[in-house]
Amino acid sequence: MPPLNYLAAGVIVISLIIYAVLGGADFGGGVWDALARGPRASAQRRTVAEAMGPVWEANHVWLIIVIVLLFVCFAPAFAALFTALNVPLSIALVGIMLRGSAFVFRAHGRQATGEVSIWGIVFSAASIITPVLLGSCFGAIVSGNIHVDPKTGAVNDYLAWLAPYPLLLGLLALAICAFLAAIYLTLETKGDLQEDFRKRAIGAWLVSVVLATLALPFSASAAPRIWAGLTSGFGLALVPAAVIIGAVAVIAVWQRRYQVARIAGIAQVALIIGGWALAQSPYLLYPDITIDNSASANAIILAMLIALAVGAIVLLPSMWLLYSLFKGHNPTASR
Amino acid sequence: MTDVVAARALTAISLAFHIIFSSIGIALPLLMVIAEGQWLRTKNRAYYDLARKWAKAAAILFAIGAVSGTALAFEFGLLWPGFMKVAGGVIGLPFGLEGFAFFIEAIFIGIYLYGWDKLSPRAHWLAGLPIAIAGPISGGFIVMVNAWMNSPAGFSYDPQSGAVTNVDPIAAMFNRAWGVEVIHMTIAAYLATAVATAAVYAWGMLQGRRDDYHRKALAICLTLIVLTAPAQFISGDANARFLAENQTTKFAAMEGQYQTQANAPLRIGGIPDPTTGKVNFDIEIAGMLSWLGYGDVNALVKGLNDVPVELRPATEIIHPAFQIMVGSGTLLLLVALASVIYAWRKRRVPDNKWLLRAILISGPFGFLAIEAGWVVTELGRQPFIIYNVMRTANAVTTAPGLIVYLATFVALYLLLAAMVIWFLRQMAGEQATQKEGSSLATT
Repeated sequence: MPPLNYLAAGVIVISLIIYAVLGGADFGGGVWDALARGPRASAQRRTVAEAMGPVWEANHVWLIIVIVLLFVCFAPAFAALFTALNVPLSIALVGIMLRGSAFVFRAHGRQATGEVSIWGIVFSAASIITPVLLGSCFGAIVSGNIHVDPKTGAVNDYLAWLAPYPLLLGLLALAICAFLAAIYLTLETKGDLQEDFRKRAIGAWLVSVVLATLALPFSASAAPRIWAGLTSGFGLALVPAAVIIGAVAVIAVWQRRYQVARIAGIAQVALIIGGWALAQSPYLLYPDITIDNSASANAIILAMLIALAVGAIVLLPSMWLLYSLFKGHNPTASR
Repeated sequence: MTDVVAARALTAISLAFHIIFSSIGIALPLLMVIAEGQWLRTKNRAYYDLARKWAKAAAILFAIGAVSGTALAFEFGLLWPGFMKVAGGVIGLPFGLEGFAFFIEAIFIGIYLYGWDKLSPRAHWLAGLPIAIAGPISGGFIVMVNAWMNSPAGFSYDPQSGAVTNVDPIAAMFNRAWGVEVIHMTIAAYLATAVATAAVYAWGMLQGRRDDYHRKALAICLTLIVLTAPAQFISGDANARFLAENQTTKFAAMEGQYQTQANAPLRIGGIPDPTTGKVNFDIEIAGMLSWLGYGDVNALVKGLNDVPVELRPATEIIHPAFQIMVGSGTLLLLVALASVIYAWRKRRVPDNKWLLRAILISGPFGFLAIEAGWVVTELGRQPFIIYNVMRTANAVTTAPGLIVYLATFVALYLLLAAMVIWFLRQMAGEQATQKEGSSLATT
């Protein structure tokens, strides 16, 4: 069995992947709300709202789980990350707060959700800004530009996220969120509306390919640790694997095999985040903070992991119930 | 404004905002489940309409609770990394457990809100139960963390090296203060929510809408008030005794006790003057404080003058806040007593004009008591963030520009508060313009 701190790090990465494929798609929904066009613009917005309504709060909890696991199992790393990335995380927090509240104000207010309203604009703007900032945080983490004074906790550079490479990763994160959301939405619609989201999925995929193609060679200088990971050992297989699975996803969308597309889309996100984590391991904040030098006491990591395992017994059937009720059989497709 | 003041102000505002929504998140599901359960049992339409109405309010209030809770999770790291560096690895476990409880709430609130037409009435009611159960559990876990800040346990800390050793997460969770604090806050959440909800329906009845819908709503809320208000007094007494034994400084600060003295008086009201070390304009009951704290009118109560000046909390705020909390609780207890006597004698839901007015006026006092109580708890611990272990000033972030965050978030909270108030008013207006609330079921 791997040491407890590595096990905990693995659980954090898995939670992050789940947040990306569930919560990420909710951000992507906001993108399609903003980009709703044509004769079915209102119907598109309504589809997004109805798809998110029952599940967005549960999806959002995965972010809380990631944060809590980080500060329980790697308390010093959490302190360092939230100091160094103070600015983008604060703005992302405003985005998260506005996104959630705007969504419910609009959904339960007097206006129909299909129409443009001030809360609709806030909802979509916050949905676009937040994943860009969260993505740029990853760019800053891997850049190696952030140094933390182990004694005072002071950070040399509060603006490491505001560089071309992190922002490029932020845009890539946004494009992937939009891609996932469009795939999921094809499974909630029929006819012309489904075709609308099919086209949007292909469009988002093309944008993400362009951004990834720009980011990859850039990594050599902007993210040396990741570059080294991707150009040696298992990493050599990672980029081709991501390319193939991404191609499978978009071909499945093209052929209107949306169930396959959903699985491939999720696999692609898992591969990207999992690959990033493996390439960066054992660093949590390259190059100063590692899984080893910032782990909390074994006693609390063990207690947390046991709590997770026990909690999963309640959580997993509950989640299954939620998604089978609302995501089972094209709930809105009959419209 | 220094960084630590800005960070404290922002944290205080965030907590003061969040505690209202988290209290509602604890108690409102219980009201929903009772109303829906009564509907299943009696088939009385008014109960169904109530459950639908409360669920609609819950949709907004839960979302605001979720986003303001997220803000706090971020703010721990954004504002207090020095604190989290120690606390995360010691008292993090209840945060993790709270994450699970919150998960269950979020999953079942989705099922409950959107499942009216997808589930059988009985299954739908059952889907409400996990929300009603997970709410107080999740609140309890968070209060356990606060209890640890007041009564730290389960670790050793070397302030020189910053090393945290001998971590025992279970001992940290079940620190000495957890029981009294968790019980006090959980009861407070039910009481405050029930009183605020009761006030809405008392107002409706005063406006002449004395229908079944209003009577049933008032009956459910008053039942909860009658059960919780006396319990809160007993719980409050237990807290005071705990503080008298374990946090003498906070006890002295909330009671305005400057001199160490035997036969110490209970000071009701009054404004402490830190320059003279006296409480002005108060009513004193001789020996009562000694008796309340230690069960003996001649017991010695330690005063603030025995505490070094730099370690003294702000009595001039804490004592009045404590008076507001106790005063509010007393008002609610009187309303509960009057209601129970009226209901018992007349054998019906109270509909007397004066009693309804009293309930209406009491509406905000449950939440006022909660806010004042947290002022006592948090300011009473200062200058420490972890009592006797870490100073608040040493826990604040080194990141610049906290004043910008403060301004941004104050604006954000004001906006959210305004929207929630607007939304709830709109909901109340809907009821006022409807006949017997029957069309509510379709909203």
